[in-house]
Amino acid sequence: MDVISQLQRQFIDYTSSLYREGYVDDQFSQLQKLQDESNPDFVVEVVSLFFDDCQKLVQNMAQALEQQNVDFRQVDSHVHQLKGSSSSVGASRVKNACIAFRTFCEAQNREGCLRCLQQVNQEYSVLKNKLQQLFRLEQQIIAAGGSIPMVE
Amino acid sequence: MRGGEDKAVNKDGRSKIRALVVDDSMVNRTIHHKLLENLGIENQVVGNGKEAVDAHSSGNYFDLILMDMDMPVMNGIEATRRLRAMGVRSLIAGVTTRSLEQEKQEFMEAGLDDYQEKPLTAAKLVSIIHKINQSSSTPR
Repeated sequence: MDVISQLQRQFIDYTSSLYREGYVDDQFSQLQKLQDESNPDFVVEVVSLFFDDCQKLVQNMAQALEQQNVDFRQVDSHVHQLKGSSSSVGASRVKNACIAFRTFCEAQNREGCLRCLQQVNQEYSVLKNKLQQLFRLEQQIIAAGGSIPMVE
Repeated sequence: MRGGEDKAVNKDGRSKIRALVVDDSMVNRTIHHKLLENLGIENQVVGNGKEAVDAHSSGNYFDLILMDMDMPVMNGIEATRRLRAMGVRSLIAGVTTRSLEQEKQEFMEAGLDDYQEKPLTAAKLVSIIHKINQSSSTPR
């Protein structure tokens, strides 16, 4: 198997595993379908925006939870925002972590919220690494002169 | 000065659909902007309800407004009410992650023509756009 085919095979397998393991859902493939020659870095751009969002919102949540009198509505509002953007990019595990987080906000359970915050933080870190790996594979394929295969 | 009711037209007189994306999330603004662009729809993006209202100054008109619900400064419900009160008759589609019937109802009652749950996809957008074409015989 030549280098390009090997890389393409790796790419397909890796992408499939991301879907299978629930890291991303169909919305992520919607994003990939939006990418074209006029905007070849669309997915990378949107994903970067998303991770910037994650970082900022996680910081805000942490700060809000550190307060003497926690404003759970404020925490919930940050979680709601993160849930929205994770859902838009297809970051399935991050989204699910946010859903669980909101129930603890509603219950005004600080310990529960802190645990969820840790979970959200972890999920977004893992996803960030996974997607960076995926983008690296893409770059390798292109550098070798090949094209990125569509994974249905 | 041209009246505010005139739609943007191409040189051959055919109308081009113009849209306004209203969402406080940059991730969503970027995605919705691209979704619309790929469908050949010229569009502007703003970050909250007040900016949406301001975008209508000087007789500016949009065929379609994609309105998020939760936004700072002015939320989607308030912005929709304001725009309707101003006489804006564009197709306003609420786009939100809220799923409770009561919340949807309140948003619809503010003056929406359609409601879609996020995340937006090309298919959902197409179904919204069909509604514009259906009502295009109504003089604006």
